[in-house]
Amino acid sequence: MTDFAVSQSFPEKHSNPVLVALRRNKFSWIGIGLLSVIVLAAIFAPVLAPYDPIKQNILHRLAAPSAEFWLGTDSYGRDVLSRLLYGARISLSIGFLAVLIAMIVGSALGILAGYIGGIFDQIVMGIVDVMLSFPTLLLGLMVAAMLGASFENLIIAIAITETAPFARVARAPTIAMKQRDFVEAGRSLGFTPLRIMRVHILPNILSDIVVVASLWMASAIRTEASLAFIGLGVLPPTATWGGMIREGFDNILSAWWLVVFPSLAILLTVLALNILGDALRDAIDPKTRSQG
Amino acid sequence: MIGYVIRRLLLAIPTLIAMLTMVFVLVRLVPGDPAVAMLGDRANAETLQTLRAELGLDQPIAVQYVQFVTKTLSGDLGRSMTSGRTVLEEVALVLPYTLELAVAAMLIGTCLGIPLGVLAAVRRNQWPDYLSRILSLVGLSFPGFVSGILMLLAFAVWLQWLPVMSRASSDPITHLRNLALPALNLGLIMTAYIARVTRSSMLEVMGEDYIRTARAKGVQPMQLVVRHALGNALIPIVTVVGLYFGTLIGNSVLTEIVFTRPGLGKLILGALQSRDYTLLQGLMVVFATFVILVNTATDLIYALVDPRVSYAR
Repeated sequence: MTDFAVSQSFPEKHSNPVLVALRRNKFSWIGIGLLSVIVLAAIFAPVLAPYDPIKQNILHRLAAPSAEFWLGTDSYGRDVLSRLLYGARISLSIGFLAVLIAMIVGSALGILAGYIGGIFDQIVMGIVDVMLSFPTLLLGLMVAAMLGASFENLIIAIAITETAPFARVARAPTIAMKQRDFVEAGRSLGFTPLRIMRVHILPNILSDIVVVASLWMASAIRTEASLAFIGLGVLPPTATWGGMIREGFDNILSAWWLVVFPSLAILLTVLALNILGDALRDAIDPKTRSQG
Repeated sequence: MIGYVIRRLLLAIPTLIAMLTMVFVLVRLVPGDPAVAMLGDRANAETLQTLRAELGLDQPIAVQYVQFVTKTLSGDLGRSMTSGRTVLEEVALVLPYTLELAVAAMLIGTCLGIPLGVLAAVRRNQWPDYLSRILSLVGLSFPGFVSGILMLLAFAVWLQWLPVMSRASSDPITHLRNLALPALNLGLIMTAYIARVTRSSMLEVMGEDYIRTARAKGVQPMQLVVRHALGNALIPIVTVVGLYFGTLIGNSVLTEIVFTRPGLGKLILGALQSRDYTLLQGLMVVFATFVILVNTATDLIYALVDPRVSYAR
């Protein structure tokens, strides 16, 4: 029923931004390719990993990359490649879930603020502005330090830092949509405000929100890795990329592979998401649509 | 104009109070008793009680809030639980190091980023443009500590050009050598950001009518770019760089930790490790205040340099 109402209420504004981006920007293929490889590596980590990521083996501690251990071993003799593969699961799932929560809460706040307007709008946007004045890393650090570092708490901490931008992004187009004829028509037909927001406004601004989500997921993964490096990550012995760098940092003079490979993993993941986010943004932004 | 400046400055006050409210709420997120969290389970009841009184935790929450806001607004950010110094004293001790790093990074970022962005815009869709765009995308994707560690590995461990640790030194040459890697790390991230903003800002300006007019009148290309276009393109650059300040702080914290450099980053790390919540809370206030001040200043600069900004609002 909802789907029917959506397709009846208004024609689609633009074709699928992902397709547009892929067609116009050859660069975006690199982003999608990289990201697919990383996501598949995370999903199939138990199959791909040659060793148990947390099993210690003192006989093989700090072994350099070799045929036996492709990316070397750490100071507990754990296989770096296996830990990288399992670490991808933590980074991607924390990044994804944090952005999902931020997206749902932030967009809901933004749409409500834009639709209701008045004092409510001013209060919500006031809070949003203040949240934006905290440096992301420090806000995340503060929340993670207060709640205690754990998988769930990291998601909450990162989601809190990223809610405000989504509210910003959702609010502006909501205000524009509010004036449109089909929303006016819905109102005169006696639809409840909640229904208008959900069925008539949300689908129209969704592509804007999704683009922001891919850019913020890059930021979420960066924040997670940074917090883990500071010592506020998912607790050891669970493998996380930031945590691996933190542990490897102590042996940086003798075992370069402990920091270089997790660093590359973080860099490539963030890069893939940024490339994709940029291409998507170009695809839906009329200002850059004609540009290369 | 003066009216606008005063209004903009007054607007910063509710923002500051809202920020303090948020810090207050955040600090109270701590599960259980902060006094127990700080002193550990085995602390005796008397010590715990003293600490609770010190933190004001024995008061009703509304009283705590009012006390916190009024004390902070009067400049009293509390005392570090571990060193006994006030938060402002702690900050004053390390601030010069962080400022030195930030200024050096800003210099590197502006000197490299603006020419790179201009070049990319002028040679749009040619190889300098592609190169500059790829470089800035990579630069923007690095978390500050990852790039820092890789640079440390390359220049200090493998090539051994520069020192691994970045301590302060009275010898100016050693001092500069110590500053080089952290500043370069932070500076290159800034470069990526500034180049990107400069490119899009220049592209917008280069499409304006007055540029076409100037070109038709036979203005030399170099002069056209530098005098006619860049001057106007700088306005959005200043704004965006001002907004980037928060990220700069986050990255400088990570950079300081990687290069074991004294500064606000090390101070935060120390506060975290010793569970010094009062210091952490104070530092949070200091950082957010910095950002609010920089944002306010950016708005004011924007109004000063751009005659199109309406002061009436």
